[in-house]
Amino acid sequence: MKLPTLREIGTEAKLLLIGIPVFIWTMVPIYHMFLFAISPKEDAFSGKLWPAHPTLNNFNIVFHQQHYFLRDFWAQFLNSVVIALSAGALTLMIATAAAFSISRLRVPGGRWVMNLALLTYFIPAAFLAVPMYRTMGTYGLLNNHWSLILAMVTIASPYAIWVLKQASDKLPVELDEAATMDGATTLQLFRLVYVPLMMPSLVAIGTYAILLAWNEYLYAFLLLSKDTEITLPVALGNFLAADDSPWELLMTTGFIYALPPAAIYYAFKRYMVGGLTAGAVKS
Amino acid sequence: MAITLSADHELPAPPLSARLTTPQVWGIVLLAPYALVFLAFVVYPVGYGLWLARHPASYVALWHDPIFARAAVNTLIFLVIGINIKMAIALFLSGFFAQQRTWIKWLSVLFILPWAVPSIPTILSVRFMFNPEWGVVNQLIFKLTGEDGPNWLNDPTVALAMAIGVHIWKSLPFWTLILMTGRLAISHDMYEAADVDGATWFQKFRFITWPSMQTLYVTCTLLSMIWTLGDFNSVYLLTGGGPADLTHVLATLGIRYLRLDQLSLAMASIVCALPFVLPLVYFMMKRLSR
Repeated sequence: MKLPTLREIGTEAKLLLIGIPVFIWTMVPIYHMFLFAISPKEDAFSGKLWPAHPTLNNFNIVFHQQHYFLRDFWAQFLNSVVIALSAGALTLMIATAAAFSISRLRVPGGRWVMNLALLTYFIPAAFLAVPMYRTMGTYGLLNNHWSLILAMVTIASPYAIWVLKQASDKLPVELDEAATMDGATTLQLFRLVYVPLMMPSLVAIGTYAILLAWNEYLYAFLLLSKDTEITLPVALGNFLAADDSPWELLMTTGFIYALPPAAIYYAFKRYMVGGLTAGAVKS
Repeated sequence: MAITLSADHELPAPPLSARLTTPQVWGIVLLAPYALVFLAFVVYPVGYGLWLARHPASYVALWHDPIFARAAVNTLIFLVIGINIKMAIALFLSGFFAQQRTWIKWLSVLFILPWAVPSIPTILSVRFMFNPEWGVVNQLIFKLTGEDGPNWLNDPTVALAMAIGVHIWKSLPFWTLILMTGRLAISHDMYEAADVDGATWFQKFRFITWPSMQTLYVTCTLLSMIWTLGDFNSVYLLTGGGPADLTHVLATLGIRYLRLDQLSLAMASIVCALPFVLPLVYFMMKRLSR
């Protein structure tokens, strides 16, 4: 093995000088959350970097709903799952159909619709929330899961259509022509040619919509309020209202809530990075 | 059907169904679900909101609410200072993460975490770290100096700076990733040629990296500004707008009015942000529809 030169050591040291602070900056809040989750109450507040008696008891308390803040933990968890999956599925259906229509069928006015959709993407989330809250009231959907699902579909669709359209523009026209020559109807073209070819983008967009809905706090907080109807993030936010919040349980619940998106992200990283960053900013 | 031609009549236009081809009809059918969502949850709410914000009295009331002026200033600080610091760091780190090293690859996997996990548990974690009595930061200060640390979130300036810090913590990975993609697209030959000519790292940045990335960087900055205008979580979950409503930004202020059932004020405060938003949106639309 060749010994590193002095210059190489210098470069490595400089890189470490950046890398170590970056590592600390990234991990401290996450580690702090994890530390609370595995600490018994008396250890949690001690300011130690590792608890004297690490325990999984907090998870036990959360899973068995043994605290009045956690009475509805499983119901809330299920709400989060149902809302995220529904929003993901609905976004996929609506956006795929729209992208196919705009890109492959070249429906009159399609480009126009897409530009309007993009305009929505540029409305800051908290700004749309105010009138949308009121509108959901008008439609009689407040405190109903549909309000949050539809809000998430509204927010996810513009970007979904944009990314899917970019991807489907790259599919050769000859494919459609060949299928039509073979007697495929438009719907068969969609189902048998378009959807299979678009799979990687569809996975990316589905994941994006699911994560968006799972992680959403503001809309969930505005649109849902009954303890058994709210999602996990809203339940976490409600902990704050109390003076003597059980912080170790709050952090444990937060940790459980943060695990699925992190896992999904890493599982689909390949698709997401390619699919999403390509669409996000075209230089 | 027999058509009798007579010079006086023009032929009637064929019905719509005959003018559209079958794929076009399907096109309309498949586009309809999104169009409905857009009409019901964007057009109608926005129109209704603007209608609510039509009274000049709301703007007068806003003008006289000291919280509003403070929120507008905070929003500007957030956008102008916060975003530029964030993007500068992202630009710098994109160079760091573009280095080919195994340990840097592993670090980049961890570095994505803040962006991948939901904001509420991590922001609450930060909030607790800076709790004046039990937070780990002040306990450390006490151990090191024997003195009580400051009440971090009680000073509006410090609290706002921390909200900006939380925002940077959360969204830095995303922008670093995007800028890194831009960096990796630059041809390696140019750097090799520069090395042969004995260019310093700064000259390489100044004459190769920056010119290739300038457009991307500006686009990212603008997009980040638009999104940050709608960032409710960083401020609300860390400070709740406090102390004494001094750390609100327009996003949290609008929601605050909404919670107080002052809808026209909520909408008016958002309309006041339009002069910031519209030029940004115009620019972004031009960029993307090229």
